[in-house]
Amino acid sequence: MSKTHVSTTINGDPVEFLADPGMTLLDALRDELELTGSKEGCGSGDCGACSVILDGRLVCSCLVLAPEAEGRRVETIEGLANGSRLHPLQQKFLEHAALQCGFCTPGLLMASKALLDANPDPTETEVRYWLAGNLCRCTGYDKIIRAVMDAAAELRQERV
Amino acid sequence: MSQLDYLAPVTPEEAVRALGAAGARPMAGGTDLLVQLRAGRTRPDVIVDLKRIAGAIGVRQEAGGFVIGAATSGAVLGEHEALVKAWPGVIEAANLIGSTQVQGRATLAGNLCNASPAADSVPAMIAARATCVVVGPGGRREVPVEAICTAPGKTSLSPGEFVLEIKLPPRPARASDAYLRLIPRTEMDIAVAGAAVNLVLDAQGVITEAHVGLGAVAPTALLVPEAGQALVGSKLDEAALARLDAAARAACRPISDKRGTAEYRTKIAGVLARRAAAIAYKRAGGAA
Repeated sequence: MSKTHVSTTINGDPVEFLADPGMTLLDALRDELELTGSKEGCGSGDCGACSVILDGRLVCSCLVLAPEAEGRRVETIEGLANGSRLHPLQQKFLEHAALQCGFCTPGLLMASKALLDANPDPTETEVRYWLAGNLCRCTGYDKIIRAVMDAAAELRQERV
Repeated sequence: MSQLDYLAPVTPEEAVRALGAAGARPMAGGTDLLVQLRAGRTRPDVIVDLKRIAGAIGVRQEAGGFVIGAATSGAVLGEHEALVKAWPGVIEAANLIGSTQVQGRATLAGNLCNASPAADSVPAMIAARATCVVVGPGGRREVPVEAICTAPGKTSLSPGEFVLEIKLPPRPARASDAYLRLIPRTEMDIAVAGAAVNLVLDAQGVITEAHVGLGAVAPTALLVPEAGQALVGSKLDEAALARLDAAARAACRPISDKRGTAEYRTKIAGVLARRAAAIAYKRAGGAA
């Protein structure tokens, strides 16, 4: 069995890599491309720690095969900040202490970004349901929800 | 794992050829298959990804109904306004599956062919009288959704066959559907029981056609004709609802497991059928 050659776009940059056909996109990101921001919590699509945005859709990268990325656009946590300038979501997570161990944080940030890209003014209920697939065992979620609501407000301000 | 190969055909014919190989498995969204793969519960030699087949992702309107490609995710379905308006029950059932992330991948065809008795979208598709376009080495055939699952994890598909499309029929005026499931929390869980009701009313609000699907109360999702028949000719009065409840319960043959006892599932199936009927009736324009 030979490896599959994959050409894709990650955080705006063209990227090529070789993958075993059964390799997940998460493993390709972490082990082939050294983009270790996306985490593996469960490997079964339950925890959301591996969340990335694939062609504009939030997905668990553990439930995507690496060869599926051929010709697609992948956004990962590594592309969220603009150089040394944090994305408002990252800044608000810090300000609200919306993380402790940090393992779930990349996934929560990417999931929150996907939400705010689609819906700049979500209700708290909408945020809570949207993030139901991202598990955090430290914070109790409340600070995360507040950080997302605050970041949404700031992003709306930036738009006007 | 070491033998695994990945193919992404771009036509149904190519997919049929690829699936003709020993140990080939089709993949739509992959949200079940990749979990099973990782757990070692399935050991395919070839994964045939259906997403690159032309038309596999998307919804088209045809002959008054809807044709949904096998690899169309729940997120895409939920954004299709005309589809949501015509079949709110089918779409709410599909959108109940998993998280936002899972909705970005999971499909109706995959939910069906995974053949879980508790699959949320399947009772709703059955109540909708949806059909599947199945393609394989023998050509193309169209079968009702309820003909696909034969037992938990088992389907009637022959080797090399796969579901290419799901078809939802044309919608008359004053028609709607609803799906409800019971889970012990609000999100991210598997149904203890589920019920879907699809109704057509006349101008006076009398039910002229009714179909009921039940999930997680038998080895496969069920079409319960007696439950539908119980509503026809009524305006969903209490007597009709009681007949529906009784017919739904009579059809149940559930197991007892950690999610619920057989008795509980049976009782809940009747309750959910009543409530789903009330929602579908109201959506169809009947005075509740």
